[in-house]
Amino acid sequence: MTEPLLRVEKLVRRFGGILATDNVSLAVLRGELHAIIGPNGAGKTTLISQLTGHLAPHSGSIFLAGRDISRFPAWRRSALGLARSFQITSLLPDFTAADNVALAAQAHDGHSFRFFADARKERGLREVAEAALDRVGLSDRAQVPVSRLSHGEQRELELAVALASRPQLLLLDEPMAGLGATESARMVKLLSELRREVTIVLVEHDMEAVFALADRISVLVYGRVIASGAPAEIRGNEEVRRAYLGDQHVVTRHG
Amino acid sequence: MLLVVEQILNGLQFGLLLFLLAAGLTLVFGIMDLVNLAHGSLYMMGAYFAATFVAWTGSFVLGALLALGATLLLGVVLEFAALRHLYGRDHLDHVLATFGLILFFNEAVRLIWGPAGLPLPLPDWLAVPVPILPGFHYPAYRLAIIVVALAVALLLYLGVMRTRVGMLIRAGASNREMIGALGININLLYTLVFGLGAALAGLAGLMQAPILTVQIGMGENILILAFVVIVIGGIGSIRGAFLAAILVGLIDTLGRAFLPNLLRQVLSSASASTAAPALSSMLIYLLMAMVLVVRPEGLFPATRR
Amino acid sequence: MKKPLGASQLVAVLLVAGLVLLPLYSQLTGNVFVLTMFTRIVILALAAASLNLIMGYGGMMSFGHAAYLGIGGYAVGMLAQEGIGSGFIQFPVALAASAIYALVIGSLSLRTRGVYFIMITLAFAQMAYYIASGLARYGGDDGLTIYKRSDFAGLINLSNRVQFYYLCLACLLGVVFLIWRIVNSRFGLVVQGLRSNEQRMQAIGFPARRYRLVCFVISGTMCGLAGALLADNTDFVSPAVMYWTRSGDLMVMVILGGMGTLFGPVLGAVVYLLLEELLSEVTEYWALIMGPLLLLIVLFGRGGIMGLLGRSWRD
Repeated sequence: MTEPLLRVEKLVRRFGGILATDNVSLAVLRGELHAIIGPNGAGKTTLISQLTGHLAPHSGSIFLAGRDISRFPAWRRSALGLARSFQITSLLPDFTAADNVALAAQAHDGHSFRFFADARKERGLREVAEAALDRVGLSDRAQVPVSRLSHGEQRELELAVALASRPQLLLLDEPMAGLGATESARMVKLLSELRREVTIVLVEHDMEAVFALADRISVLVYGRVIASGAPAEIRGNEEVRRAYLGDQHVVTRHG
Repeated sequence: MLLVVEQILNGLQFGLLLFLLAAGLTLVFGIMDLVNLAHGSLYMMGAYFAATFVAWTGSFVLGALLALGATLLLGVVLEFAALRHLYGRDHLDHVLATFGLILFFNEAVRLIWGPAGLPLPLPDWLAVPVPILPGFHYPAYRLAIIVVALAVALLLYLGVMRTRVGMLIRAGASNREMIGALGININLLYTLVFGLGAALAGLAGLMQAPILTVQIGMGENILILAFVVIVIGGIGSIRGAFLAAILVGLIDTLGRAFLPNLLRQVLSSASASTAAPALSSMLIYLLMAMVLVVRPEGLFPATRR
Repeated sequence: MKKPLGASQLVAVLLVAGLVLLPLYSQLTGNVFVLTMFTRIVILALAAASLNLIMGYGGMMSFGHAAYLGIGGYAVGMLAQEGIGSGFIQFPVALAASAIYALVIGSLSLRTRGVYFIMITLAFAQMAYYIASGLARYGGDDGLTIYKRSDFAGLINLSNRVQFYYLCLACLLGVVFLIWRIVNSRFGLVVQGLRSNEQRMQAIGFPARRYRLVCFVISGTMCGLAGALLADNTDFVSPAVMYWTRSGDLMVMVILGGMGTLFGPVLGAVVYLLLEELLSEVTEYWALIMGPLLLLIVLFGRGGIMGLLGRSWRD
């Protein structure tokens, strides 16, 4: 078996006495869209934060393309091709959409200890930014400050920022959170296009979207992975049913 | 040997004064999230009030008590008139606004009491040295400071850990919303906490006054030391402030007393006497730098903020 | 892009024009005092502009910026005392000393955020103050008189009021120009991004502390230049130039003029120091008015003068 793009081994993270991540092991293959689902408080965001380096695990390891990145700070993981979107939109509010994306491109284009030339006039960076904005359908909003974008537009911009760094692996933390029906549909369409270009780990509550998009699904309950497999397997898994999907309406419709 | 004991006691006494100042600062910061540079002004006002009231009443204890009440009252008025409007603003606003207050207080003192400064004479019964070890006398007044400050520290500890108001204070430090949801008058609580902090600062000021003179700006240098104490101890933590204050008091006092002699043993006498004053005043800042390298959150951070 | 000239730009242009023409006014009216006063204002404006780089653009609230005024000043004073009068040595040493101090203090204090950072920069500046007070060979508490201003081999004569004023003004405008370039450069965007959302910047791949530290050092070095000029201006340097209230003054100038705007700190310095001058003519107890005024500015005047003038000259 070839080395998976992302391999997580026996990851443990506690908060006080609570095991938020309980011996989690995962493998994400190159090219797949791997969804992580689980009820509220299952430790999904905690897991993502450890993958991106915003939170340190107490034990266990994380490998990106075979390389142990468990102790790397967030910015180094990003440099190695790991990009994330935040559950709660986290952009640079006083910058324009184009600036937000261009900065991501800049981060992956050598160091930024350049003090004199106007960065907003660098063709290379601007072109990457335009392409990424175009990809998510925001090109006509490029010069608008983030604080004046709608919530849906901000979610799309999150994606554009992640794309602009040309990642190997995209970690999306609830990209559909807070979106209306039409916006959600747009996002699903966008993700279904993106999954052909990049490996994606998707944390999402919207079950319809998850089962439509995912190649494989891992189910997280109380910090543990109780099942991992293709959507059909997960649907049929007794333990998952009992622990989580027993709640019928969740399977069919969410929110 | 006796000299060492004396300096240790001096360091303890200085550290305890620092604690009184730092405790108020850290309470106000921990609960109201307010950075109050004018805390040093309250320290100064405590000293000026004491000098005035002691001269007026002729009694040191009565004057000191009146001064304590006056500082508390001043704190309450200050909170009500100015600082209340700063809650929820960012820290830079706090710094600038309270910087303005310092300018105001210094100038007001100059206008009222004149630029020269005041003496605060000790009563006879406090001015005598008392024997505490065979052949070793220590000034009664410094001893009194240690006793009073320790008592206040103990009361503060019991008050915060055991009483209902203390529980509210701790709850406020960890959860601002909850305390409001409990239906407690949060404005009143904040005013009281600020008044308490002011009284602690005033107490420190009036107790220090007979040792140094009462003068304009006396609160500023010691305020910066109190900041160092808070950085070392961990912000928002009374216990951290206590331990760090003692540590800073001891290191500063012992350093100034013994460093010149120690240096003389390694350096030539001339260069030792050049380096000693600069170096001994650096000691606590070096300590702070070391703490920052090892534990940027302070040595004894509050468990949850 | 063509933008209409906003009120704040207009003020900036008038400000610069006024500063450039000031010696002419002084010459015509025979008012020497105004030139002396404005030399000091221009130097402190330079210090405020340097503080604005970290505070306004970088979000680093340093309360110890006056330390560089002292370090730059003492570099000039101590070298002069030791018989090294050449400005070509004094000024580079002043800048280098400031940069090294900034590097050390920055690498310690940037481990922390927010209030901690404010208190720590304040404490270290106080340490610098005490060290200077302990320098018995260089005057200790009383300070150090500089008997001869920096000598620039006949290129410029610092003892000539007008020449010295223009040197200071050139330094100020040069620094503002540099800041303008920096702010719009790759580096500047990173630093401003860190102010806006550090977590996001880390997530897209920027090591935060490294960029902040470099910004901190640039700012400190610029302020060291102001310190060297200030020492030459007063022919004197003492620990008092780094007393913490001076750091507070610099912060007030930045806020008053408009944080994160290019000319805000310059305007802030001019207004603050003129106000101080004016109030002290009216009453001996000018701080009695200045103090509450600061409180009111904080409470009601967000964004400073440049902010009030409408569109800020941010980019």
